[in-house]
Amino acid sequence: MAEAMKMRATMEGDVVDVKVLIQHPMDTGLMKDKKTGKLIPAHFIDLFVATLNGKTVIDAQWGVGVAQNPFVGFRIKGGKPGDKVAIHAVDNLGNKFDGEEIVA
Amino acid sequence: MKQKLTSLLALLLLGVSFSVYASPAKDRSALIKYYKQKLPDIKFQDYIYGALAMNPDAKSQYDSFMEFPSYSIDLDKGKSMWEAPFKNGKHFSSCFKHGGKNVAGNYPYFDNATGHVVTFENTVNACLKKNGEKELEYGGKEMGLLTAYARSLSDGMKVNIKVKGKGALAAYEKGKKYYYTRNGQLNFSCASCHVQNAGKFIRSDQLSMMIGQASHWPEFRGGTEITTLQDRFKQCQKNMRAKPLKANSEDYNDLEYFLTYMSNGLPMLTPVYRK
Repeated sequence: MAEAMKMRATMEGDVVDVKVLIQHPMDTGLMKDKKTGKLIPAHFIDLFVATLNGKTVIDAQWGVGVAQNPFVGFRIKGGKPGDKVAIHAVDNLGNKFDGEEIVA
Repeated sequence: MKQKLTSLLALLLLGVSFSVYASPAKDRSALIKYYKQKLPDIKFQDYIYGALAMNPDAKSQYDSFMEFPSYSIDLDKGKSMWEAPFKNGKHFSSCFKHGGKNVAGNYPYFDNATGHVVTFENTVNACLKKNGEKELEYGGKEMGLLTAYARSLSDGMKVNIKVKGKGALAAYEKGKKYYYTRNGQLNFSCASCHVQNAGKFIRSDQLSMMIGQASHWPEFRGGTEITTLQDRFKQCQKNMRAKPLKANSEDYNDLEYFLTYMSNGLPMLTPVYRK
Protein backbone atom coordinates (compact mmCIF):
# COMPACT_ATOMS: atom_id res chain seq x y z
CA MET A 1 0.00 0.00 0.00
CA ALA A 2 1.54 3.31 -1.07
CA GLU A 3 2.22 5.67 1.78
CA ALA A 4 0.26 3.50 4.22
CA MET A 5 2.43 4.56 7.15
CA LYS A 6 3.91 7.90 8.16
CA MET A 7 6.35 8.21 11.04
CA ARG A 8 8.32 10.73 13.01
CA ALA A 9 10.99 10.05 15.63
CA THR A 10 12.63 12.98 17.41
CA MET A 11 14.37 13.61 20.70
CA GLU A 12 12.33 15.27 23.45
CA GLY A 13 14.89 15.97 26.13
CA ASP A 14 16.37 12.53 26.82
CA VAL A 15 13.49 10.41 25.52
CA VAL A 16 12.63 9.53 21.93
CA ASP A 17 9.20 10.84 20.93
CA VAL A 18 7.63 8.69 18.23
CA LYS A 19 4.49 9.45 16.25
CA VAL A 20 3.02 6.94 13.81
CA LEU A 21 0.07 7.33 11.48
CA ILE A 22 -1.22 4.23 9.67
CA GLN A 23 -3.79 4.40 6.91
CA HIS A 24 -6.33 1.68 7.66
CA PRO A 25 -10.16 1.47 7.63
CA MET A 26 -10.29 -0.35 11.01
CA ASP A 27 -13.75 -1.71 10.20
CA THR A 28 -15.38 -3.28 13.24
CA GLY A 29 -17.60 -5.68 11.33
CA LEU A 30 -20.69 -4.16 12.93
CA MET A 31 -21.39 -1.36 10.44
CA LYS A 32 -23.68 -1.80 7.43
CA ASP A 33 -22.96 -0.52 3.96
CA LYS A 34 -25.52 2.25 3.40
CA LYS A 35 -26.04 1.33 -0.24
CA THR A 36 -26.28 -2.47 -0.08
CA GLY A 37 -27.53 -2.89 3.50
CA LYS A 38 -24.96 -5.67 4.04
CA LEU A 39 -22.50 -5.79 6.94
CA ILE A 40 -19.04 -4.46 6.16
CA PRO A 41 -16.69 -7.27 7.21
CA ALA A 42 -14.29 -6.71 10.07
CA HIS A 43 -10.92 -5.45 8.86
CA PHE A 44 -8.69 -4.08 11.56
CA ILE A 45 -5.09 -4.12 12.76
CA ASP A 46 -4.76 -6.63 15.58
CA LEU A 47 -0.99 -6.63 16.11
CA PHE A 48 1.18 -3.55 16.63
CA VAL A 49 4.86 -3.98 17.46
CA ALA A 50 7.44 -1.24 17.90
CA THR A 51 11.18 -1.87 18.22
CA LEU A 52 14.22 0.23 19.00
CA ASN A 53 17.32 -1.07 17.23
CA GLY A 54 15.60 -4.43 16.93
CA LYS A 55 14.60 -4.66 20.59
CA THR A 56 10.83 -4.77 21.22
CA VAL A 57 9.52 -1.79 23.16
CA ILE A 58 5.80 -2.19 22.42
CA ASP A 59 3.91 -5.42 21.70
CA ALA A 60 0.21 -4.64 21.49
CA GLN A 61 -2.90 -6.59 20.57
CA TRP A 62 -5.49 -4.19 19.21
CA GLY A 63 -9.24 -4.68 18.95
CA VAL A 64 -12.10 -2.96 17.18
CA GLY A 65 -11.99 -0.08 19.63
CA VAL A 66 -9.14 1.58 17.75
CA ALA A 67 -10.40 4.20 15.31
CA GLN A 68 -9.83 4.51 11.57
CA ASN A 69 -6.36 5.67 10.47
CA PRO A 70 -4.80 4.93 13.85
CA PHE A 71 -2.45 7.54 15.23
CA VAL A 72 0.00 6.30 17.86
CA GLY A 73 2.30 8.46 19.94
CA PHE A 74 4.76 7.07 22.45
CA ARG A 75 8.06 7.80 24.13
CA ILE A 76 11.06 5.51 24.49
CA LYS A 77 13.51 5.95 27.35
CA GLY A 78 17.15 5.35 26.57
CA GLY A 79 17.02 6.16 22.87
CA LYS A 80 19.41 8.55 21.15
CA PRO A 81 19.81 10.21 17.73
CA GLY A 82 20.76 7.70 15.06
CA ASP A 83 18.80 4.83 16.62
CA LYS A 84 16.31 3.02 14.41
CA VAL A 85 12.65 2.84 15.41
CA ALA A 86 10.70 0.22 13.47
CA ILE A 87 6.97 -0.44 13.38
CA HIS A 88 5.43 -3.75 12.35
CA ALA A 89 1.65 -4.06 12.20
CA VAL A 90 -0.57 -6.90 10.98
CA ASP A 91 -4.32 -6.88 10.41
CA ASN A 92 -6.89 -9.63 10.82
CA LEU A 93 -6.76 -10.42 7.10
CA GLY A 94 -3.00 -10.95 7.23
CA ASN A 95 -1.92 -7.66 5.59
CA LYS A 96 1.37 -6.36 6.94
CA PHE A 97 2.39 -2.76 7.50
CA ASP A 98 6.02 -1.87 8.12
CA GLY A 99 7.86 1.36 8.58
CA GLU A 100 11.07 2.58 10.11
CA GLU A 101 12.62 5.89 10.98
CA ILE A 102 16.01 7.02 12.25
CA VAL A 103 15.77 9.14 15.38
CA ALA A 104 16.52 12.73 14.45
CA MET B 1 -11.84 57.51 23.57
CA LYS B 2 -13.59 54.68 25.39
CA GLN B 3 -16.91 56.60 25.20
CA LYS B 4 -16.49 57.09 21.49
CA LEU B 5 -15.70 53.41 20.92
CA THR B 6 -18.60 52.19 23.03
CA SER B 7 -21.10 54.43 21.27
CA LEU B 8 -19.75 53.47 17.85
CA LEU B 9 -20.08 49.83 18.79
CA ALA B 10 -23.55 50.38 20.22
CA LEU B 11 -24.63 51.90 16.92
CA LEU B 12 -23.14 49.01 14.98
CA LEU B 13 -24.91 46.52 17.23
CA LEU B 14 -28.23 48.28 16.72
CA GLY B 15 -27.73 47.64 13.03
CA VAL B 16 -27.82 51.29 12.07
CA SER B 17 -26.93 51.53 8.43
CA PHE B 18 -23.96 53.74 7.74
CA SER B 19 -24.33 52.95 4.05
CA VAL B 20 -23.85 56.44 2.65
CA TYR B 21 -20.71 57.04 4.67
CA ALA B 22 -19.80 53.39 5.09
CA SER B 23 -16.21 52.41 5.27
CA PRO B 24 -15.17 48.80 5.75
CA ALA B 25 -11.69 50.06 6.60
CA LYS B 26 -13.09 52.17 9.42
CA ASP B 27 -15.21 49.25 10.70
CA ARG B 28 -12.12 47.05 10.76
CA SER B 29 -9.84 49.50 12.52
CA ALA B 30 -12.58 50.29 15.06
CA LEU B 31 -12.88 46.59 15.87
CA ILE B 32 -9.11 46.13 16.12
CA LYS B 33 -8.97 49.01 18.61
CA TYR B 34 -11.87 47.45 20.51
CA TYR B 35 -10.17 44.05 20.81
CA LYS B 36 -6.84 45.65 21.76
CA GLN B 37 -8.60 47.24 24.64
CA LYS B 38 -10.71 44.21 25.59
CA LEU B 39 -7.93 41.61 25.24
CA PRO B 40 -4.79 43.69 25.76
CA ASP B 41 -2.46 40.73 26.27
CA ILE B 42 -3.08 39.24 22.84
CA LYS B 43 -0.98 40.42 19.89
CA PHE B 44 -2.78 41.22 16.63
CA GLN B 45 -0.77 38.54 14.79
CA ASP B 46 -2.08 35.94 17.25
CA TYR B 47 -5.73 36.67 16.55
CA ILE B 48 -5.56 33.85 13.98
CA TYR B 49 -5.34 31.40 16.89
CA GLY B 50 -8.59 32.61 18.43
CA ALA B 51 -9.26 30.95 21.75
CA LEU B 52 -5.87 29.20 21.58
CA ALA B 53 -4.17 32.59 21.95
CA MET B 54 -5.90 32.97 25.30
CA ASN B 55 -4.81 29.61 26.72
CA PRO B 56 -1.10 28.67 26.64
CA ASP B 57 -1.77 25.03 27.52
CA ALA B 58 -4.26 24.64 24.67
CA LYS B 59 -1.85 26.41 22.32
CA SER B 60 1.00 24.03 23.19
CA GLN B 61 -1.28 21.05 22.55
CA TYR B 62 -2.19 22.59 19.21
CA ASP B 63 1.50 23.14 18.32
CA SER B 64 2.31 19.56 19.27
CA PHE B 65 -0.53 18.24 17.11
CA MET B 66 0.41 20.43 14.13
CA GLU B 67 3.98 19.04 14.13
CA PHE B 68 2.64 15.76 12.78
CA PRO B 69 -1.09 16.13 12.14
CA SER B 70 -3.10 12.94 12.10
CA TYR B 71 -5.21 14.42 9.30
CA SER B 72 -2.28 14.26 6.86
CA ILE B 73 -3.69 11.12 5.23
CA ASP B 74 -6.99 12.93 4.56
CA LEU B 75 -5.08 15.93 3.27
CA ASP B 76 -3.27 13.66 0.80
CA LYS B 77 -6.68 12.76 -0.61
CA GLY B 78 -7.27 16.46 -1.23
CA LYS B 79 -3.87 16.68 -2.91
CA SER B 80 -4.73 13.79 -5.24
CA MET B 81 -8.02 15.47 -6.12
CA TRP B 82 -6.29 18.76 -6.92
CA GLU B 83 -3.54 17.14 -9.01
CA ALA B 84 -5.73 14.69 -10.94
CA PRO B 85 -6.33 15.82 -14.53
CA PHE B 86 -9.84 16.29 -15.91
CA LYS B 87 -11.06 14.07 -18.74
CA ASN B 88 -9.90 16.77 -21.16
CA GLY B 89 -6.39 16.71 -19.75
CA LYS B 90 -6.51 20.09 -17.98
CA HIS B 91 -5.99 20.65 -14.25
CA PHE B 92 -7.57 22.75 -11.49
CA SER B 93 -4.44 24.91 -11.54
CA SER B 94 -5.45 26.24 -14.98
CA CYS B 95 -8.49 27.98 -13.42
CA PHE B 96 -6.55 29.99 -10.83
CA LYS B 97 -3.91 32.70 -11.10
CA HIS B 98 -0.35 31.48 -10.49
CA GLY B 99 -1.66 27.92 -10.78
CA GLY B 100 -3.44 28.34 -7.43
CA LYS B 101 -0.40 29.52 -5.44
CA ASN B 102 -0.92 32.51 -3.14
CA VAL B 103 -4.43 33.29 -4.37
CA ALA B 104 -6.75 32.12 -1.59
CA GLY B 105 -6.32 35.42 0.27
CA ASN B 106 -8.23 37.17 -2.52
CA TYR B 107 -11.37 35.10 -1.95
CA PRO B 108 -14.22 35.82 -1.64
CA TYR B 109 -14.43 38.71 -4.07
CA PHE B 110 -17.39 40.63 -5.49
CA ASP B 111 -18.07 39.99 -9.15
CA ASN B 112 -19.54 43.17 -10.68
CA ALA B 113 -20.59 41.26 -13.81
CA THR B 114 -22.92 38.87 -11.98
CA GLY B 115 -23.60 41.10 -8.96
CA HIS B 116 -22.73 38.36 -6.47
CA VAL B 117 -19.98 37.40 -4.06
CA VAL B 118 -17.77 34.67 -5.51
CA THR B 119 -16.14 32.26 -3.06
CA PHE B 120 -13.11 30.02 -3.57
CA GLU B 121 -15.46 27.04 -3.75
CA ASN B 122 -17.58 28.79 -6.41
CA THR B 123 -14.41 29.08 -8.49
CA VAL B 124 -13.62 25.39 -7.98
CA ASN B 125 -17.07 24.43 -9.25
CA ALA B 126 -16.92 26.92 -12.14
CA CYS B 127 -13.63 25.23 -13.10
CA LEU B 128 -15.24 21.78 -13.02
CA LYS B 129 -18.21 22.98 -15.08
CA LYS B 130 -16.00 24.70 -17.64
CA ASN B 131 -14.04 21.49 -18.12
CA GLY B 132 -17.06 19.24 -18.49
CA GLU B 133 -16.78 17.65 -15.05
CA LYS B 134 -19.41 17.15 -12.36
CA GLU B 135 -19.54 19.94 -9.77
CA LEU B 136 -18.88 19.21 -6.10
CA GLU B 137 -21.51 19.56 -3.40
CA TYR B 138 -21.07 22.68 -1.26
CA GLY B 139 -20.44 21.64 2.34
CA GLY B 140 -19.61 18.10 1.26
CA LYS B 141 -16.55 16.11 2.33
CA GLU B 142 -14.97 16.13 -1.15
CA MET B 143 -15.15 19.91 -1.49
CA GLY B 144 -13.75 20.19 2.03
CA LEU B 145 -10.74 17.95 1.38
CA LEU B 146 -10.01 19.49 -2.03
CA THR B 147 -10.08 23.05 -0.70
CA ALA B 148 -8.09 22.00 2.39
CA TYR B 149 -5.24 21.16 0.04
CA ALA B 150 -5.88 23.84 -2.60
CA ARG B 151 -5.95 26.67 -0.06
CA SER B 152 -2.79 25.37 1.62
CA LEU B 153 -0.96 26.53 -1.52
CA SER B 154 -1.56 30.04 -0.19
CA ASP B 155 -0.17 29.47 3.30
CA GLY B 156 1.48 32.59 4.64
CA MET B 157 -0.40 34.87 2.27
CA LYS B 158 -2.06 37.81 4.03
CA VAL B 159 -5.83 37.98 3.72
CA ASN B 160 -6.45 40.64 1.10
CA ILE B 161 -10.16 41.10 0.46
CA LYS B 162 -11.20 44.14 -1.54
CA VAL B 163 -14.51 45.95 -1.12
CA LYS B 164 -14.69 48.45 -3.97
CA GLY B 165 -17.76 49.72 -5.73
CA LYS B 166 -21.44 49.95 -4.90
CA GLY B 167 -22.24 46.27 -5.39
CA ALA B 168 -19.33 45.08 -3.27
CA LEU B 169 -20.16 47.56 -0.54
CA ALA B 170 -23.80 46.43 -0.51
CA ALA B 171 -22.77 42.77 -0.15
CA TYR B 172 -20.33 43.72 2.63
CA GLU B 173 -23.09 45.64 4.44
CA LYS B 174 -25.48 42.68 4.09
CA GLY B 175 -22.89 40.38 5.60
CA LYS B 176 -22.24 42.86 8.40
CA LYS B 177 -25.94 43.25 9.10
CA TYR B 178 -26.37 39.47 9.30
CA TYR B 179 -23.43 39.29 11.71
CA TYR B 180 -24.96 41.83 14.08
CA THR B 181 -28.58 40.64 13.89
CA ARG B 182 -30.01 38.50 16.66
CA ASN B 183 -31.68 35.30 15.61
CA GLY B 184 -32.81 31.94 16.93
CA GLN B 185 -34.31 30.78 20.20
CA LEU B 186 -31.43 32.08 22.31
CA ASN B 187 -31.69 35.44 20.53
CA PHE B 188 -27.96 35.76 19.99
CA SER B 189 -26.19 37.45 17.13
CA CYS B 190 -22.69 36.40 16.07
CA ALA B 191 -21.54 39.61 17.74
CA SER B 192 -23.16 38.71 21.07
CA CYS B 193 -20.45 36.09 21.61
CA HIS B 194 -17.55 37.06 19.39
CA VAL B 195 -17.57 40.81 19.88
CA GLN B 196 -19.29 41.59 23.18
CA ASN B 197 -18.05 38.51 25.01
CA ALA B 198 -14.80 37.54 23.30
CA GLY B 199 -12.49 36.02 25.87
CA LYS B 200 -15.30 34.87 28.11
CA PHE B 201 -16.41 31.27 28.48
CA ILE B 202 -19.57 29.75 27.09
CA ARG B 203 -19.92 26.44 28.90
CA SER B 204 -16.45 24.95 28.51
CA ASP B 205 -15.29 26.90 25.47
CA GLN B 206 -13.60 30.24 25.34
CA LEU B 207 -15.02 32.67 22.78
CA SER B 208 -12.65 33.79 20.05
CA MET B 209 -12.50 37.33 18.70
CA MET B 210 -14.05 37.96 15.28
CA ILE B 211 -10.88 39.35 13.76
CA GLY B 212 -8.70 36.43 12.75
CA GLN B 213 -11.54 33.93 12.52
CA ALA B 214 -11.68 33.66 8.74
CA SER B 215 -8.02 33.06 7.90
CA HIS B 216 -7.72 29.33 8.53
CA TRP B 217 -10.39 27.35 6.73
CA PRO B 218 -11.17 24.55 6.21
CA GLU B 219 -10.24 22.97 9.53
CA PHE B 220 -10.11 19.44 10.85
CA ARG B 221 -12.20 19.58 13.98
CA GLY B 222 -11.06 17.00 16.49
CA GLY B 223 -8.33 16.27 13.97
CA THR B 224 -10.72 14.22 11.84
CA GLU B 225 -13.83 16.14 10.73
CA ILE B 226 -13.17 18.36 7.72
CA THR B 227 -15.12 21.59 8.30
CA THR B 228 -15.41 24.57 6.00
CA LEU B 229 -16.16 28.10 7.22
CA GLN B 230 -19.78 27.79 6.16
CA ASP B 231 -20.06 24.37 7.86
CA ARG B 232 -18.96 26.21 10.99
CA PHE B 233 -21.62 28.90 10.47
CA LYS B 234 -24.19 26.09 10.43
CA GLN B 235 -22.74 24.54 13.59
CA CYS B 236 -22.71 27.87 15.41
CA GLN B 237 -26.29 28.59 14.40
CA LYS B 238 -27.38 25.18 15.64
CA ASN B 239 -25.62 25.91 18.95
CA MET B 240 -27.57 29.17 19.17
CA ARG B 241 -30.78 27.24 18.41
CA ALA B 242 -31.19 29.13 15.15
CA LYS B 243 -32.08 27.54 11.84
CA PRO B 244 -28.91 27.08 9.82
CA LEU B 245 -28.83 28.14 6.17
CA LYS B 246 -27.49 26.08 3.27
CA ALA B 247 -23.86 26.25 2.22
CA ASN B 248 -23.41 28.66 -0.69
CA SER B 249 -26.59 30.55 0.20
CA GLU B 250 -26.41 34.27 -0.57
CA ASP B 251 -26.51 35.19 3.12
CA TYR B 252 -23.65 32.87 4.01
CA ASN B 253 -21.59 34.08 1.06
CA ASP B 254 -22.13 37.73 2.07
CA LEU B 255 -21.28 36.82 5.66
CA GLU B 256 -18.11 35.06 4.52
CA TYR B 257 -17.24 38.17 2.46
CA PHE B 258 -17.67 40.45 5.48
CA LEU B 259 -15.86 38.15 7.91
CA THR B 260 -12.92 37.50 5.61
CA TYR B 261 -12.51 41.23 4.97
CA MET B 262 -12.31 41.69 8.73
CA SER B 263 -9.34 39.33 8.85
CA ASN B 264 -7.39 41.34 6.26
CA GLY B 265 -3.68 41.61 6.96
CA LEU B 266 -3.47 38.31 8.85
CA PRO B 267 -1.50 35.34 7.47
CA MET B 268 -3.42 32.35 6.20
CA LEU B 269 -2.82 28.73 7.21
CA THR B 270 -4.83 25.80 5.93
CA PRO B 271 -5.82 23.29 7.16
CA VAL B 272 -5.50 23.54 10.91
CA TYR B 273 -6.55 21.54 13.95
CA ARG B 274 -9.27 22.68 16.27
CA LYS B 275 -10.74 20.63 19.09
